[in-house]
Amino acid sequence: MLHSLSASVMPVIFLIIIGFAMIKKVDIFDAFLCGAKDGLKSLFSILPALVGLIAAISMFRASGALEFLTTLLSPVTRLLGIPAQIMPLALLRPVSGSGALAIVGDLLTSAGPDSMVGHIASVIMGSTETTFYTLAVYYGAVKIKNSRHSVPAALCADLTGLFVGTWICYLFFR
Amino acid sequence: MMGYIWGGMVIAAFFFGIANGQLQSVAEAALSGAESAVTMAFSLLGMMCFWSGMLEIAKRSGLTDWLARLIRPLTKILFPKLSPDSPALRAMVMNMTANFLGLSNAATPLGLAAMHELDKINPNKDTASDEMCMFVVINTASISLLPTTVITMRAAAGSIDPFSIILPVWICSICSVTVGVIVAKYLSRRNKRRRF
Repeated sequence: MLHSLSASVMPVIFLIIIGFAMIKKVDIFDAFLCGAKDGLKSLFSILPALVGLIAAISMFRASGALEFLTTLLSPVTRLLGIPAQIMPLALLRPVSGSGALAIVGDLLTSAGPDSMVGHIASVIMGSTETTFYTLAVYYGAVKIKNSRHSVPAALCADLTGLFVGTWICYLFFR
Repeated sequence: MMGYIWGGMVIAAFFFGIANGQLQSVAEAALSGAESAVTMAFSLLGMMCFWSGMLEIAKRSGLTDWLARLIRPLTKILFPKLSPDSPALRAMVMNMTANFLGLSNAATPLGLAAMHELDKINPNKDTASDEMCMFVVINTASISLLPTTVITMRAAAGSIDPFSIILPVWICSICSVTVGVIVAKYLSRRNKRRRF
């Protein structure tokens, strides 16, 4: 039941968007083409970053360094109840969006998209943001030097995402 | 920052490769990794275009503006000091709506516009105001309606149910945003008590 509900979200959103636009007499196909072109551009703009990062992560994994890192972190992750393979993602997510995307892609192929690790990685990726990038861009734009409590509050939100994302997957996908 | 992480990974790969006698597979991984980045980008390409197209329709039809009006009551709780029709609040609401729909290209300029408006009414120019902190925290926590990128990646990796993560993602983002907002409110109050 839950799964069919999740899957029907997307078509329902399409229906609302198209229906509303038709009532408002928007030239929908023209708008669609215009937006799709933007989508194309934004994907190509992140492609160089993806190539660099995925190549580096693949090398990192092939050399055995990733395994070493996850073993090193496993006492911490066991204590927190988070799979050790998730840790590199959790550490990189607030810093780099394309880096996190590269790790998720790596985990989805190495552990499988329907494995527990695959689910947790997907949920964390979908529900968090590139915190430090956002902080830098937004405060940099208005030359704020003292960000006061923004960083601790934003990191609390990220940590909540990490824990809730893990627990909820254990609850949903047993 | 990213340069160090990236460089560190490549250097670590070299030394671990030597230590484990895996230098050959490290070299192969560089090639296959670069190739799989392109494969991944291409698997995302179709959905990215389609979804961006859909969102452009939503923007032109005024659906985004309508959604923005819908979240007005919420902003009263988050930004109690701002008047409901201040330009800062309007820009913030548009930014949150754009983020909610996954219009990240539109969200950033709107967010920066909101920051400039907030800057105008900020008495201490180089210190973030309560409103700025709250706004930035909400932006770093991200609530999105559809995590399209992840769904597409799951589908490309051969998932039997790529959509299965939608509900968990919603619950997870609501929890993290709520915690972020509560912590921001709490810390701003505590700071004030200390100062006066």
